Amino acid sequence: MLNFFAYIGRSTLSLCEEVGRITTLFYKTLVWTFRPPLALKNIVQQMREVGNRSMPVVTITATSTGMVFALQTYYALEQFQAEALMGQALALALTRELAPVLAGLMVAGRIGASIAAEIGTMAVTEQIDALETLAVNPVKHLIVPRVLAGLIMLPILTIYADSIGLLGGYLVGVKLLHLNPSSFIKNILDVLKIWDVTSGLIKSAVFGVIITFIGSYQGFYTRGGAEGVGRATTRSVVLSCMMILVMNFFLTKLMMY
Amino acid sequence: MIELVDLCKSFGDNHVLRGVSLEIKEGESMVVIGCSGSGKSVIMKHVIGILKPDRGKVFIQGADLWSLGEKDLNRLRQKFGMLFQYAALFDSLSVEENVGFALVQHKKKNRNDIQKRVKQCLELVGLPGVEKKRPSELSGGMKKRVGLARAIALQPEIILYDEPTTGLDPIMADAINNLIIDMREKLHVTSLSITHDMVSAYKIADRIAMLYEGKIVEVGSPDEIRNSKNPVVHQFINGMAQGPITDTI
Repeated sequence: MLNFFAYIGRSTLSLCEEVGRITTLFYKTLVWTFRPPLALKNIVQQMREVGNRSMPVVTITATSTGMVFALQTYYALEQFQAEALMGQALALALTRELAPVLAGLMVAGRIGASIAAEIGTMAVTEQIDALETLAVNPVKHLIVPRVLAGLIMLPILTIYADSIGLLGGYLVGVKLLHLNPSSFIKNILDVLKIWDVTSGLIKSAVFGVIITFIGSYQGFYTRGGAEGVGRATTRSVVLSCMMILVMNFFLTKLMMY
Repeated sequence: MIELVDLCKSFGDNHVLRGVSLEIKEGESMVVIGCSGSGKSVIMKHVIGILKPDRGKVFIQGADLWSLGEKDLNRLRQKFGMLFQYAALFDSLSVEENVGFALVQHKKKNRNDIQKRVKQCLELVGLPGVEKKRPSELSGGMKKRVGLARAIALQPEIILYDEPTTGLDPIMADAINNLIIDMREKLHVTSLSITHDMVSAYKIADRIAMLYEGKIVEVGSPDEIRNSKNPVVHQFINGMAQGPITDTI
């Protein structure tokens, strides 16, 4: 019985410690983001990393989602002779939910993991300590450029996923299911509002910060050599994906109109 | 120059430092010896302000390290150079970028001057012409030399050496020892080294301090340490399996 209470106490303490560490690091990241000079070269390099590495997975995911969604909705709507609405359903689902969430999940697996592994390796090989001894702040040098790159690149990747998903849906609808191309496009333009796209972009910007910050946090506090790096990488992906799904609900609720 | 006063540090239940006091004079080469895991690296990380003591103070040139603001602390850190046990070179950068890293970050010089300074530092550590190589292409000894070149790039007044000869063959270890002596003679720096390599300690030290159970148990010249009557020091420097250190384990 005593062991049980000891376990509860230890777990609570460890949870509080973790929350404290995350909050402190996030606060430091915020402070250093606004403290000049802005390391533009470093930020652009990280943006290139996020973009280049994520483009292939986002392309495949968005195309496949657009095409499958088009097929499924077509057959469902056909039963009510409403197949012409397929383009509208696809456009709304993609811009509001599917593109930001799926792009986020793909980037979490690709970039979140690589950030955690890279910074984690730096931590266990004392490279982060080396930065401090060279009077360079590791939060400013390592975390801020990655978080800013996530904040900027995720919305760009989401716009790309929106477009390529719609293109996939268009190809299925027009070329495979023989819908009228001009009414397909007109239906989409009629229903799609600027806010549908912007709300998706706002979500993706939040996801970008979540992915890059969690990857950086996990890497920054990595201990225990190669095993620790592996653990940090896995935790980064799992935690980012969970956070994206949970935050998606709250953001959707917040931006409901 | 460097003064540690009653330094205490714990990690959870592990009380690593239990009141370390040590003074290092300007231009002196101090070597701290002790068993693996005794807290030697922890002392070093306190000296450069990477770790904050639970109790006690660190004075550098009379300034209390932890009473300084972030700007002043970073300004003070630029007076330090540190050579890490495994060099801690930045994998993603070339040798040239590693050595010139601090110069670029602190915008001390223009591009041409930085290249000149990098070349000069690499020549000083006996590694000319490796500027374009990546750290993964270097041997252990070469990495240490590049690490040392990076440490001296900002012309520090104090150099910290964390296990400078660990993992090197005896010839390379002696070459590194000679470099450490060279640095002191050519650059007139104060140095603090930690090691358990007694050959290295006797060669590079003006004074040696022995760390045991979180405290400095003896400080003296290499000869005084060699002839110490302290059983802990005697067991350690002679590398004996039996003695007070192992009896308490």
